[in-house]
Amino acid sequence: MCTECGCGLPGEKPAGIDAGHHEHVHGHEHSHGHEHGHGHPHGPGDHHGHPHDHPHTHPHSHVDGGAEHHHEHEADGGDHRTVEVRQAILDQNDRLAERNRGFFRARGLLVLNFLSSPGSGKTTFIREAVRALQPQLKAGVIVGDLATDNDARRLRESGAPVVQVTTGTVCHLEAEMVGRAVGQIDLNGLNLLIIENVGNLVCPASYDLGEDLRVVLLSVTEGEDKPLKYPPMFQSADVVIISKTDLSQACGYDRETALANIRRAAPKARIFETSAKTGQGMDDWCRFVAEQHRARSARDPLGP
Amino acid sequence: MHELSIMQGALNVALEQARKAGAIRVHEIRLRIGALSGVVPDALEFAFEALAAGTLAEHARLTIEHVPARFWCAKCSREFQSDDMFSECPGCHTPSGELRAGREMEVASLEID
Repeated sequence: MCTECGCGLPGEKPAGIDAGHHEHVHGHEHSHGHEHGHGHPHGPGDHHGHPHDHPHTHPHSHVDGGAEHHHEHEADGGDHRTVEVRQAILDQNDRLAERNRGFFRARGLLVLNFLSSPGSGKTTFIREAVRALQPQLKAGVIVGDLATDNDARRLRESGAPVVQVTTGTVCHLEAEMVGRAVGQIDLNGLNLLIIENVGNLVCPASYDLGEDLRVVLLSVTEGEDKPLKYPPMFQSADVVIISKTDLSQACGYDRETALANIRRAAPKARIFETSAKTGQGMDDWCRFVAEQHRARSARDPLGP
Repeated sequence: MHELSIMQGALNVALEQARKAGAIRVHEIRLRIGALSGVVPDALEFAFEALAAGTLAEHARLTIEHVPARFWCAKCSREFQSDDMFSECPGCHTPSGELRAGREMEVASLEID
């Protein structure tokens, strides 16, 4: 039964993809299916959108998109109240991320969140970076994938402790998952935590994990315009790593265009051009990470 | 497609606030979604329909206010709105890394009975 008007229309439950269009037409036209991202598709006579103290004298009728409908609201007098909420939707994640951040600082850990599309070379880059950093910094790795622990096995070749998080159907890591995963790593002696996020250039951008730096990878095989296609992800990057530069020639990679696009989407980001395979650019990267760790330790009273 | 979990988060916030306010029904949920939030409003609306069923917010209207990206240009000492999600200052054409608005994802307010 429709709780809107009590008209008892059966079978209006969403079923499958078409359910977005509510068959049962009533005065509240749901705002899906319209071209603009906001706004009220309702017409005159609809009292939503502002608080009002006057009692309604329903039944009224109004026309929404040509569908006339009679409301009968006598039972509740029709007085809607406005509740100001102003709460972030990811409030809980943000708070857990802050908790992670405090914990990481207390342990003197520099934490990097690696993000990219699938197949841009995160795992290989991290494996080689962990090896190269070994003399200066001891790393632990948390890796997220929808399924399998293939990446964890590959990362363990670096000698670092690795925890695989399988997210099931979830397309990104959340602060809570990282908090749990970190409990499975022996952090004694570690000073770097690398989080390899689920390969995805959209969703993980929204989730703070408590990291110090966001590192976004872009491989030369992906197309120079990727930063322009996924601005929210690149905009959030502290560092952009161009990976697989050993394949530049084979791909006809246009370096100047790629750099210009990265600078346009991520003006603040440090850019590194690397090949985990040949080692190109890995020294610069390692120096940067070691500097970051030093700077944070010096600044942070909780640091080592 | 993380809109389903974003929408679930929004609905949880809305329902909790509605219950605190003693609501017997939620008529409308208003969200503010930033241009750089990475969330597609249409996908939120679709998710909402499915998730709200059987809750106080069943049949509620979902209204999404789009928050454009705004950046600060240090060179020109001014804030500007970006219509394409990029941060080039319309005055001096320098890209700005300083985002002032556009990442919002929040439950703004509710209409309840």
